[in-house]
Amino acid sequence: MTAVTGSLAVRQLRFWLTDYRRTWRGSIYSSVLSPVLFLGAFGLGLATLINEHSAASLGGMSYLDFVAPGLLAATAMQTAVGECTYPVFGSVKWNRTYQAAAASPLRPADIFHGHVLFCTLRLVMNCTIFMVVAALFGAVRSPGALLALPVAVLTGLAFATPIEAWAVTRTRDTSFAMIYRFGMIPMFLFSGTFFPVSQLPSWLRPVAYLTPLWHGVALCRALSLGVATAGSALGHIGYLAALASAGIVAGNRSYRRRLYV
Amino acid sequence: MPDLQPLIYARGLVKRFGSFTAVDGIDFDLTRGEAFGFLGPNGAGKSSTMRMIGCVSPPSGGELSILGMDPVAQGREIRARLGVVPQEDTLDVELTVRENLLVYGRYFGLPRDVIHERTAQLLEFVQLSDRAADQVEPLSGGMKRRLTIARSLINEPDILLLDEPTTGLDPQARHVVWDRLFRLKQRGVTLVLTTHYMDEAEQLCDRLVVMDGGKIVAGGSPRALIGQYATPEVLELRFDPADHQQAADKVAAVPTERREVLADRILLYVADGEAALAAVHALGLEPVTSLVRRSTLEDVFLRLTGRQLGD
Repeated sequence: MTAVTGSLAVRQLRFWLTDYRRTWRGSIYSSVLSPVLFLGAFGLGLATLINEHSAASLGGMSYLDFVAPGLLAATAMQTAVGECTYPVFGSVKWNRTYQAAAASPLRPADIFHGHVLFCTLRLVMNCTIFMVVAALFGAVRSPGALLALPVAVLTGLAFATPIEAWAVTRTRDTSFAMIYRFGMIPMFLFSGTFFPVSQLPSWLRPVAYLTPLWHGVALCRALSLGVATAGSALGHIGYLAALASAGIVAGNRSYRRRLYV
Repeated sequence: MPDLQPLIYARGLVKRFGSFTAVDGIDFDLTRGEAFGFLGPNGAGKSSTMRMIGCVSPPSGGELSILGMDPVAQGREIRARLGVVPQEDTLDVELTVRENLLVYGRYFGLPRDVIHERTAQLLEFVQLSDRAADQVEPLSGGMKRRLTIARSLINEPDILLLDEPTTGLDPQARHVVWDRLFRLKQRGVTLVLTTHYMDEAEQLCDRLVVMDGGKIVAGGSPRALIGQYATPEVLELRFDPADHQQAADKVAAVPTERREVLADRILLYVADGEAALAAVHALGLEPVTSLVRRSTLEDVFLRLTGRQLGD
């Protein structure tokens, strides 16, 4: 049974890969350009100011070393939100390719899992490209830092599966702009990517700790700097994995409800 | 060995959406090789029935068996042997014609070389070979429909389901689609189609059921239905709108089997249309236009439901 489910989800993954063949070049350019811009602006540009004046508050580390793992986790979030909003909505509403797949042997869960597999692939791609660019900037200092890569992918999945489970239920695309404006951008700015959450007003800190991005940023940074402890790593991974799993359960249900009317 | 088991068997089939009953206890059977139609106006429950047969809509009640299997428990196995042409196109318009067939063939787990071989044959069949490498987006509505039909045949289905196959097409494109479907029928492909076009039903269906308000109101071959529910000929009269009602009252004096007064026309159901027209003229009535024609399924529908099929 599991083997069947797996192979059916792969059939849907192959649909996405065929689809991606048209756009992969453009997507690679932006996957490379984005880390170059962000690491350049923050890790090099803004860093000159910070390293001169507040080196002590970062515990002596350079701002590039601080911000790079945060941006890695944020890249994963952005990739996940991008892949799981409009493409999913378009498949069920505009092109109706999901309905086409549902008329074949594929079941709603296979269609869902196929897209999750594709998202995972895109996360691995974008996070790997980010790591390569960060290494060229000199921000990857130890082999241990490479462990941040799977954590970033998991961070992306913690966003991908719940958002996708929800996106397939939408009948209009207006909700997605809200996700970007009131979800992704505030998280990007205030979940520890650019400055430690400890700098936030005390009432806001618990909110930051609840965001999946903070868990991703915190663990990627700890791994990157070689200061991760097993306990905190398990806590972060557990939180992110729980979110990703909850998204899978929710998506199995919402895909079925949307495609089997 | 002849296959006597019905391909589709439905008894008391029901589909509800909340408090709305879309399909209200229908019975029908389908045998191999026949072309079977659901004829009815929009909202009659045709598409809901098709979706249940397509195993993408669990029945709310009654019995349904497809290829001897249960659509809820064995949906995957059943769908593997169906071809589906949905009412709205579900093509990936950003892919090419050929890629659409490739993607769809993979859904059925077909090996690449089998897909390539069938793609060439199917595109030939739907007259799209020269567009194989083109993107789908700019194709005309008729071409997209033909591509959808080609796609639905990629798994060599036992049953082909067509939901309103020519709705939205211009007359010429519609005739091309009908021609292709007729050829499939000649090859022995089992067709199930819904339509609200009587000429489509008459041309393509060996047997059909007329649906209205979620129920089946009559069934049989187009010829038998017309014989049972209509007269051989119909005289259609159109008067000046100002005289319409008055003329309708006077026309009642002409002996007919049945008379229908529509908003814009008066229909007289008779054995001999020309004789009836002479009788109308004898009453001193001067219709703006008059037409004697054979009865069609439209007349059957009007008789059964009191309404026109319309578009």
